[in-house]
Amino acid sequence: MHEYKLAPTALPQLPKAPSGIEGLDEITEGGLPLGRPTLVCGSAGCGKTLLGIEFLVRGVIDYDEPGVLMTFEETAAELTANVASLGFDLAAMQADKKLRIDHVHVERSEIEETGEFDLEGLFIRLGYAIDSIGAKRVLLDTIEALFAGFPNEAVLRSEIRRLFRWLKDKGVTTVITAERGEGTLTRQGLEEYVSDCVILLDNRVIDQITTRRLRIVKYRGSTHGTNEYPYLITEDGISVLPVTSLKLEHTVSDEIISSGVPGLDEMFTRRGWYRGSSILITGTAGTAKTTLAASFALEACRRGERCLYFAFEESPAQLIRNMRTVGLDLQPCLDQGLLLIEASRPTLNGLERHLVTVHKLIKEFQPQAVVIDPISNLVSVGSISEVRSMLTRLIDFLKVSNITALFTALISGRDGRLEMTEEGISSLVDTWVSVRDLEGIGERNRGLSILKARGMAHSNQVREFLVTAEGVQLLDVVIGPLGIITGAGRHVQRLHEQATLTAQQQAAARKDRELERKRRVLEATIDNLRTEFESVEEELRQVHSEELARQQATDQARSSAANNLTTRLSGAGERPA
Amino acid sequence: MDSREAAPATVDQPATWELCLYVAGQTTKSATALANLKRYCEAHLPDRYTLEVIDLLQHPQLAEGDQILAIPTLVRKVPEPIRKIIGDLSNEEKVLVGLDIRPRGTH
Repeated sequence: MHEYKLAPTALPQLPKAPSGIEGLDEITEGGLPLGRPTLVCGSAGCGKTLLGIEFLVRGVIDYDEPGVLMTFEETAAELTANVASLGFDLAAMQADKKLRIDHVHVERSEIEETGEFDLEGLFIRLGYAIDSIGAKRVLLDTIEALFAGFPNEAVLRSEIRRLFRWLKDKGVTTVITAERGEGTLTRQGLEEYVSDCVILLDNRVIDQITTRRLRIVKYRGSTHGTNEYPYLITEDGISVLPVTSLKLEHTVSDEIISSGVPGLDEMFTRRGWYRGSSILITGTAGTAKTTLAASFALEACRRGERCLYFAFEESPAQLIRNMRTVGLDLQPCLDQGLLLIEASRPTLNGLERHLVTVHKLIKEFQPQAVVIDPISNLVSVGSISEVRSMLTRLIDFLKVSNITALFTALISGRDGRLEMTEEGISSLVDTWVSVRDLEGIGERNRGLSILKARGMAHSNQVREFLVTAEGVQLLDVVIGPLGIITGAGRHVQRLHEQATLTAQQQAAARKDRELERKRRVLEATIDNLRTEFESVEEELRQVHSEELARQQATDQARSSAANNLTTRLSGAGERPA
Repeated sequence: MDSREAAPATVDQPATWELCLYVAGQTTKSATALANLKRYCEAHLPDRYTLEVIDLLQHPQLAEGDQILAIPTLVRKVPEPIRKIIGDLSNEEKVLVGLDIRPRGTH
């Protein structure tokens, strides 16, 4: 009977030694091959030695793995001085017996070859250095210097092959640096074949801006990132920035936060945007993008959150002064340490360095909100595609950190070229607010509209807004006969409406008076009729009473006549009446 | 050869030569080198040399001091400057040039 297991068992992975270099372990999926040699090659000034030293130093500091540095070019003192600025204290590590530096000095003029030899001395030295401190990591800094020192190339080639084999048998994770050759990865065209992993460093200048890039050329027994990844030499060592290795797996927040402009919040059905989302405000020059951004920053500070503001156009003092004139006082937030304004010229650094600065400050300051004002200026230091890839990484990073990010972008021109930045990044952001000039006859007004808002419904109207002494205020929508009306048209419409209203009121009053008059006429008529009726009634009554009187008189007369007769009859024999 | 005549080291040859041969175990190359060296010294520097043989397998820490990479390596410590000769010393002419020893016949 076979027993089926549904859960897939993990395939055995090649054991790896984490390099500790930021980003590199992500690309190599765990680090360099453990106990095997890795070649780092590149032209001058790429940071080969630095990468190797950082590999050793991180090993000592982070993984408690002692290392041996065998340098063929620079002396121990020179290397120590070179990396001291990165905070690597090689001397202290040597004193702690965590690091051993062996400077191999090869001078062709001092050496005379007289017959057969091998490099056993090198092996013994390296072996002794490794064993004396129990090293797990080794750096051989430019082994090809040996070729300059020894005349017999055939011997050297076989000895270097033997060295790689020997290092493997020794079980130390080794980094070997090599100069890049013409058409081959290394000058001798040898090391790349005997190394288990080859990392190529490249240093290129495009439009006067240097970008360093790293690529894993080969990695025996393991998958790895195959792209070229930009990397930087920063104050903390090498930082590799994987462009596409980040996965879309971040958690999301359902919390809504205010934009800082009440009227703008009202335009979203949930009255604000999601925490941790990214917002883009685009607009032409002078459409109050910075004011909107500052409102957002101030609102974040009012909530007691920290906000990091990258100003690429204005100095902090200028920003604060300008914002104060529109009722946004950022100074208290600065004083409380809730707001940090980082101002620099975009051209000061390459894109990658900007990204690293952003990363570093975010890690230090731990903000809940980040404003970058404006991102469009970054285009001046890189092509659209580079800016896009940088922003992709930045937005991913911010989202993973659940930081709400607001970017402003200047878009040029009024000739339908609104899509300039949009192509670059609009698909990356969650909410996109567009501000623009609404130019009418003899005036300009500012209009604001929401182009997209992922995850909630929003108003479709273009809202006119004013930048007042109390900040941004959205005006009520005025709909005229031809659509929404702004600016002077708004006033005209209002006057027109008032006139209409007055006329209507007057007409109504007139009608009321008319009615009153009619009522009075009617009442008078009724009075007349009543008087007439009364007179008729009076007359009738009089007639009636006269009739009655006459009747009575008649009756009386008749009865008196009867009495007379009775009297006469009673005289002659009593007759009953 | 004019420049050699002018060099002070060759004019005033020191009384003794301090030589040091680095080997790694009893390999063929090491044995050949040692035999060759002894032969040349006896022939050209009789009683005017000291020879120290260092086995790096036993004293690996000594390799760093004299910047030893290749095995076998012969180091001439005195007279100055330090000279290094690698290989099994099978080429007598090269060894003598390297050590700056004039063959006896030319004196």
